[in-house]
Amino acid sequence: MSQAMNPPVLRVKNLSKAYGGVQAVSDVSFEVAAGELLALIGPNGAGKTTCFNMLNGQIAADAGGIEFEGRPVRGLKPREIWRLGVGRTFQITATFSSMTVRENVQTALLSHHRRLGSLFSIATRQHVEEADALLARVGMREQAERACGVLAYGDLKRVELAVALANRPRLLLMDEPTAGMAPRERNELMQLAAELARGSNIAVLFTEHDMDVVFSRTPTASSCWPAAN
Amino acid sequence: MKIMHSLIAAAVLAAAASTGAQAQAIKIGELNSYKVFPAFLDPYKKGWELALEEINKSGGVLGRKLEVVSRDDNGNPGDAVRVAEELIAREKVSVLMGTFPSHVGLAVSNLANQRKIVFVAAEPLTDKIVWENGSRYTFRLRPSTYMQTAMLVPEAAKLKKQKWAIVYPNYEYGQSATASFKKLMTKAQPGVQFVGEQAPPLGKIDAGAVVQALLDAKPDAIFSSLFGPDLQKFVREGNTRGLFKGRPVFNLLAGEPEYLDPLKDETPEGWVVTGYPWNEIKTPEHQKFLAAYQARFKDYPRLGSVVGYSTMYSVANMIKKAGAVDTEKMIAAMKGLEMSTPIGPIVYRAVDHQSTMGAYVGKLAKKNGKGVMVEWRFADGALFLPPFEEVKAMRKE
Amino acid sequence: MTASAILIQFLNGLASASSLFMVAAGLSLIFGVTRIVNFAHGSLYMLGLYLSYSLFELLGGGPLGFWGGVIAAALIVAVFGALVEVLLLRRIYHAPELLQLLATFALGLIVKDVALWVWGPEDLLGPRAPGLAGAVEIAGRRFPEYDLFLIAIGPLVLGALWLLLTRTRWGTLVRAATEDREMAGALGVNQRWLFTGVFALGSLLAGLGGALQLPREPAQLFLDLSVISDAFVVVVVGGLGSIGGAFLAALLIAEIKSFCIGLGDVTLFGAVFSFSKLTLVVEFIVMAVVLVLRPWGLLGRAPAVARSSGAVEPPLVLPSPKLRLAGLAMLAALVLLPAVFSGYTLILMIDIMIFALFSVSLFFIMGPGGMHSFGHAAYFGLGAYGAGLLALKGGVPMELALALGPLCAAIGALAFGWFCVRLSGVYLAMLTLAFSQIAWSIVFQWDAFTGGSNGLVGIWPAAWLASKEAYYYLALSGCGLGVFALWRILYSPFGYALRAGRDSPLRADAIGIDVRTLQWAGFTLAGLAAGLAGALYAFSKGSISPETLSVPRSVDGLVMVLLGGIQSLTGPVWGAIVFTWLQDVVAREIDYWRAVLGAIILLLVLAFPGGLAGALGRLATRLSGGKAAPGAAT
Repeated sequence: MSQAMNPPVLRVKNLSKAYGGVQAVSDVSFEVAAGELLALIGPNGAGKTTCFNMLNGQIAADAGGIEFEGRPVRGLKPREIWRLGVGRTFQITATFSSMTVRENVQTALLSHHRRLGSLFSIATRQHVEEADALLARVGMREQAERACGVLAYGDLKRVELAVALANRPRLLLMDEPTAGMAPRERNELMQLAAELARGSNIAVLFTEHDMDVVFSRTPTASSCWPAAN
Repeated sequence: MKIMHSLIAAAVLAAAASTGAQAQAIKIGELNSYKVFPAFLDPYKKGWELALEEINKSGGVLGRKLEVVSRDDNGNPGDAVRVAEELIAREKVSVLMGTFPSHVGLAVSNLANQRKIVFVAAEPLTDKIVWENGSRYTFRLRPSTYMQTAMLVPEAAKLKKQKWAIVYPNYEYGQSATASFKKLMTKAQPGVQFVGEQAPPLGKIDAGAVVQALLDAKPDAIFSSLFGPDLQKFVREGNTRGLFKGRPVFNLLAGEPEYLDPLKDETPEGWVVTGYPWNEIKTPEHQKFLAAYQARFKDYPRLGSVVGYSTMYSVANMIKKAGAVDTEKMIAAMKGLEMSTPIGPIVYRAVDHQSTMGAYVGKLAKKNGKGVMVEWRFADGALFLPPFEEVKAMRKE
Repeated sequence: MTASAILIQFLNGLASASSLFMVAAGLSLIFGVTRIVNFAHGSLYMLGLYLSYSLFELLGGGPLGFWGGVIAAALIVAVFGALVEVLLLRRIYHAPELLQLLATFALGLIVKDVALWVWGPEDLLGPRAPGLAGAVEIAGRRFPEYDLFLIAIGPLVLGALWLLLTRTRWGTLVRAATEDREMAGALGVNQRWLFTGVFALGSLLAGLGGALQLPREPAQLFLDLSVISDAFVVVVVGGLGSIGGAFLAALLIAEIKSFCIGLGDVTLFGAVFSFSKLTLVVEFIVMAVVLVLRPWGLLGRAPAVARSSGAVEPPLVLPSPKLRLAGLAMLAALVLLPAVFSGYTLILMIDIMIFALFSVSLFFIMGPGGMHSFGHAAYFGLGAYGAGLLALKGGVPMELALALGPLCAAIGALAFGWFCVRLSGVYLAMLTLAFSQIAWSIVFQWDAFTGGSNGLVGIWPAAWLASKEAYYYLALSGCGLGVFALWRILYSPFGYALRAGRDSPLRADAIGIDVRTLQWAGFTLAGLAAGLAGALYAFSKGSISPETLSVPRSVDGLVMVLLGGIQSLTGPVWGAIVFTWLQDVVAREIDYWRAVLGAIILLLVLAFPGGLAGALGRLATRLSGGKAAPGAAT
């Protein structure tokens, strides 16, 4: 798969961010195309997560451009960027701990279908099949009824992935998807990510500090630190 | 023979029924904010307990004993209404009495009006309970804010002081005391000026700053309606900062033992106050009350004791005069009821249901490190009420 | 004001600031390290004052009696605080958050009654300080010597605390724990003794603050409440956990108050404005302004994201058929109640149902919404006043007033909520408190419109609803529908979104949920429901007073929610039933009812840290022999 065949889904140009006097991200540029799996690499503290947080609008960039499907998205809020078709996972998993696995996905689906304002329908009866299909895809179908608060870490990562896929994203941002996982689990998860990219033609951007993971899965890698491309 | 027998049986039954009725006590519902204002209401409770014992020892009323069912109303109108409802509905009391803060008194009065039951308000000072919000079911014993203010005004006007500063707790009692004082003073001494007004929140006076602000207003005299901890803080700061030097001060209620005693050697001499000089009143009614109270509780009475005692007797006398425990008859009896209290005879005025209970007006002095009232005189409440027409206009019955 | 007047009022402010600072610093330390909102802090202050009064007499007066008494009183309060931490709070650190608040509230009730029992009902004005009894001449005015001493002691205590916190190992641990409790725990800090030590130190400061007021403030039983609210305001304005911030805030508030008093009546644009009356509420206005402009107080920092806040809440489960049947049976019993009981039972039930709705509406934002409110009574009161004013002054028929009253509350919630949802945690809670106090003071002051402190009287239901039975059915249907609607909403997508925003704002934002707007809507809905409770309350009592939107009313709501259990839908209902009923029974049967009520609450807290509903749920499962059902279903 080469970039020439698909127009880039995400185009990042000269992105920079400084905290006080410390340059966390400086002058980063890259592109990801649909169906492509791209890794942002660098050691811990290199600014990968900062970079990610700028991409989905969680923090404001100091300079540079972010374009999603040709549309500038710098300055938009996370929820607005999500609505455009960008899903993401977090380095430290962020799920709804007082809900079951399925409810986590259902909540995302309800949001995607813009039905969260509904006051009187029963939430758990909405989008059950769609949720289960997503859970099946990440291998969590069997644990759909379990509370998120009691899940193992690796399973939480899978739930996050299912949640991130709920809005049928064209770009998926995965922040350290394999951190803290056993090697076998890692492999499975990255396999899944690769399938998503190819099978659903999603552009997948992930951060990773482990080069083994990167080079076993991705043809292309972009480094956040030192700033180079 | 058989007829005779059943007749006798019937007579026996009737006798039993009548003695049963006689033995059955008349239930009085009493409610007050005992836990919120214990300093005033502990003595108050002792007062009505003493009266109750005396009444029942002398055979009760209408041949029946009185029974008081007493409740704590938690100092808030919502709870007070619930408690009063309980007294009415479950305890089936015939009369309600009590209450201390004005808003609670008004709420219970309003309920009494709705449930058609007589309510003898003991303490609440608000003018509204007998005037603007007066109802045919409510009677009030204590001299109101207006009356007590009116008792001080002649003394104040006598001084011919030009510039007055006023300090009062920021709620209805303080506000209406201030309004009445201004109105009555302006009438008594045209051209009088009010140069500074301080309204600290009840119980939270910032005494140093208030005293300083009053000093800065450079008044010739001060009118205050502070009481309780606010008064104590005000007095101490005022003494230290020299606010009272060469400035007459008039203070409602400050001569009541409840508020005077804690001042001890801090007592500001020369203040003109309303109060209750319990150890100096030598009338026979008071001597009798004082002896009985001290014998019963090993403590001296406060003004609250007099109020509790007199409220209980008001209820008993009302029932006695009515001749029956019947609301309409009791209302009729209470209108114009004349009776004696430890501090003199009173009448419950028919026009506004206010008793003519008076208060003692005098000066504060220190004696053996304690505050006392000197040069006092009794001010009869009847003389300090507005004319009938004015009252009638205010009551919307 | 002249220059010398300004100087003296400035000094007055400094003197007041000192003691305010000491209490607030203690509260701030305790909160910073243990995350306990210590409602009994005012009681500790009160104890310090009472003890120093007694010790003065016990030690035979004079300088020894005074200064020895002050120090001994502070130390005794510190020991008492340590005991409370070891014997009571230590047992409930792992309970759902805010349960410790309930425990300290109950403790405050007990302390108050014990103080009444020990020291009697009369105010006790302490002696003047030996050696500092008089006044000195400053700018031609007499200024109390003791106030000069107080002005000095505040910065001294601040300096001592600063040295303790920055120059000792213990202090470093305290700061570490304040910054990040989990991290400090992970580093092997012995949390138990750290917590005990901090609680003792905080208590010492409260006790000292109280004891030092001996010459200025009579010992009396109202102190606990008046001090606690001031101390909270100072802590929050300064920034939670920041000692320097507490000092700055104490200074700011005390000075503003002093100058409000100094200004007195001022003519502005032809109208007289009383700054003196403003002291009723000025600290809350300051707090509201500070929180709106600086969400974490003057010197506070954004709190580290809490990784776990006590027990994880179990998922919400739709009621099982059995449970639904039980609910229907209960409803049927309520409908049939007037056939069996009459009179007072119905009146008490009306109160209970109204408070149940109030409590559920508070739970709605506190539990699933994750927005702790210390000022929920504002909406109860706005509903009551809205309905009352419409009926009394607007001439609106009662039925319509009852329907419109809650809308007033909703409008209030809409306005206040807009600011509140911008904050989180205790800051949010304190902003709700500030708004409720501001609303309260307006109602309290606006004599001509709201009836001022006396309130409104003569608000009775329409004739066809006047009988107890009729009003009972009105309250049952109003409260029943209100509670049911709130419950139903929690099962709806909206409810899930609300919980999503609480569980993980980060994730919620990343799946397109506008958390703030959602919380705002939730806040308004809860305000509407509380307003309905308030309107029903007004017509059931026939009168209302500012007490309906006062702090104690808000605290009652908190107590009901926490007593019942914040992680369960039915919890707040059980809490309302038990609390209202207990208060009714205990207050009737027992003289020292506050202490008994406090003791019962403490026992319940210790026995059922998950709340009554959790305990009932466990009991039910044990009886039915099933396996543990999730608490949320009970």
